[in-house]
Amino acid sequence: MENLFNIFVKSIFIENMVFAYFLGMCSFLAVSKSVKTATGLGVAVIFVLGITVPVDYLLENYVLKEGALAWLNPSFASVDLSFLSFIMFIAVIASMVQLVEMIVEKFAPVLYNQLGIFLPLIAVNCAILGGSLFMQQKEFLNIAEATTYGVGSGIGWFLAIIGVAAIREKLQYSNVPAPLRGLGITFIVTGLMGLAFMGFMGIKL
Amino acid sequence: MSDPLFSKKHLKLLTDPLNSSNPITVQVLGICSALAVTAQLKPAVVMALSVMAVLAFANVIISLLRNTIPNRIRIIVQLVVIAALVILVDQVLKAYVYDVSKQLSVFVGLIITNCILMGRLEAFALGNRPWPSFLDGIGNGAGYSVILIIVGFFRELFGSGTLWGFRIIPESWYITHGGFYANNGMMILPPMALIVIGIIIWVQRMRNRKLIEE
Repeated sequence: MENLFNIFVKSIFIENMVFAYFLGMCSFLAVSKSVKTATGLGVAVIFVLGITVPVDYLLENYVLKEGALAWLNPSFASVDLSFLSFIMFIAVIASMVQLVEMIVEKFAPVLYNQLGIFLPLIAVNCAILGGSLFMQQKEFLNIAEATTYGVGSGIGWFLAIIGVAAIREKLQYSNVPAPLRGLGITFIVTGLMGLAFMGFMGIKL
Repeated sequence: MSDPLFSKKHLKLLTDPLNSSNPITVQVLGICSALAVTAQLKPAVVMALSVMAVLAFANVIISLLRNTIPNRIRIIVQLVVIAALVILVDQVLKAYVYDVSKQLSVFVGLIITNCILMGRLEAFALGNRPWPSFLDGIGNGAGYSVILIIVGFFRELFGSGTLWGFRIIPESWYITHGGFYANNGMMILPPMALIVIGIIIWVQRMRNRKLIEE
């Protein structure tokens, strides 16, 4: 239990997807104009990460890893399919995103129109593939840990996008030099927040 | 095709992404890799060339298939095409420039999740003929390369005092050798890449006032 809590806190703050690894920047920068759309995308990312990381965990441990196929037949114990992990992970992610797209289109058409091109782009949001690849690297002991990690990183991404969206909403009232307005100042604000978040790296859990 | 191969319209596809519709600074696509590989110039250039090749050929393939792909499953089809091309590029890099490929290993795989690819496939290749799509791919790849090279240049020069691995700032200038100079270690950290791109956007929009946002 304590272990799960550590993974959770770590994935939200210390190894924040946006500020520590700079993953998922494209949709992050484009959708953080208002807190409302940012919330929508953030929730979608939590949902997709929370599903794909455990699914990829099962795939990794029961199909791809060396000896993982032994449960099927002991003679497969020497089979190593890990070179396929990239394409398998991306296939799982793409089908999950298509599923989310259909659900959102059906039940929240307003949100669907607001997210526009960025909903299909979740499939190529590096935070999602990054989550699965980090999961593979960290070699979690069981599926509960992998799920906690997936949801935790999603929440970290959610917090980051909400924070920057709130700052951008306030920025509209400040006198930014005209050529820097919009995208330019967002880059610099994100960079400064990234420097601040590097402070969390000192925490040991 | 009715237009000649290099008509004015087609040349526009090549030159627009260099400035007024640059993929990184205007369309906001492909930021992650721009942050990750630009701490040095050499990986930035190899990465830029790989992205350009994958983008051009993915655009052509999707454009050829555009009338046969059912709308519901287009994301998966696009990802399969991209992933196959990325594996090809990875193999070519391993065969001809093994040392750079070793340096880039993770980032070559990350081309799959580079949003420039999906962005251009969705926005251009799905609705255009193969030849304009090819030019669009080359143009956007070039626009991406320009930014990567500028960011890589400044980060390597100020962060490590070298360019392409060669020493530019003389050893004798450094404090450790009795001089007055020290590398700016912050340039190596990813947040500085964000700030450098922010400044590039600032300069670009000062020169091209049409791009200024409200």
